[in-house]
Amino acid sequence: MIINSVDRKIIYLLQGDLPLVTHPYKKLAQELGIDEEEIVARIKVLQEQGIIRRCCAVLQHQKAGYTANAMVVWKVAAEEIDSLGQHVAGYPFVSHCYHRYTSEEFTYNLFAMIHATNEENLLSNVEKISQHPGLSDYQIIRSVRELKKTSMQYILD
Amino acid sequence: MDDVDRKILNLLQQEFPLTVEPYKDLAQRVDRSEAEVLERIARLKEAGIIRRIGGIINARGLGWVTTLCAVSVPEDRIEEIAQRINAEPGVTHNYLRDHELNMWFTLIAPSYQEIETIIDKIENDIALPIHNFPAAQTYKIKVSFDMRRGMIYDNK
Repeated sequence: MIINSVDRKIIYLLQGDLPLVTHPYKKLAQELGIDEEEIVARIKVLQEQGIIRRCCAVLQHQKAGYTANAMVVWKVAAEEIDSLGQHVAGYPFVSHCYHRYTSEEFTYNLFAMIHATNEENLLSNVEKISQHPGLSDYQIIRSVRELKKTSMQYILD
Repeated sequence: MDDVDRKILNLLQQEFPLTVEPYKDLAQRVDRSEAEVLERIARLKEAGIIRRIGGIINARGLGWVTTLCAVSVPEDRIEEIAQRINAEPGVTHNYLRDHELNMWFTLIAPSYQEIETIIDKIENDIALPIHNFPAAQTYKIKVSFDMRRGMIYDNK
């Protein structure tokens, strides 16, 4: 993918943390010799192109009160996986949901990240999902320790 | 954290206004001054509730490839192997989990070939097999939390 130098600078700025000032794009605009409106317009184009999903605040969900989080995996029949995947994705407490290729030893193919404010709610959320036909074979895989969590630096200045 | 903070968090998670003065727009939506909104966000950042405000870059939109990997690591090698895996800049998340496959990490690279090269290199260094679970289909990626529905902060 070829991206021009202005867009590279914009992506570089957006992959980090925007400055908390009244005009967050002003410094970059001055550096590039363009006006702030143009930067905002470029960001909109990058969104339309699907390079930037969206601009938003990223929360640290444990500190935001969502302390119970787990990865849940289901073993699902291949012909049902798309409809079941979309079903699971429909729950508001599911943040990520994927059909993944498996390995010989690990054959659970539907993956979801599930969040709740406490352990009891987490379990009831998982049970709620798994009562659905086709989703009875599952494992809850909890995180014990965070070993690394960063945002990817796609563009290195 | 009060109702205004929760409202700001809900709005900011959904969408950061794409305008020249985004905090001014946000301030109007919560009916507060821009200065107050900036101050509140600064506090939420200091408290670690907001990790960052910026863009969610779509790895695949840039032509990059992502995958999820898992390894079964013996207890006494956890630190050593975590260090080796985390040394890869393409590893963005790594968790110890309560499963026989106890170390799970995400890997991002510019191509699938590079993903395989990195996995081979790590396997070679740690002398343990890595399970590679690339996504066949993505049904949802959305990390935003309703700060008002939860009862979490109501008693504080």
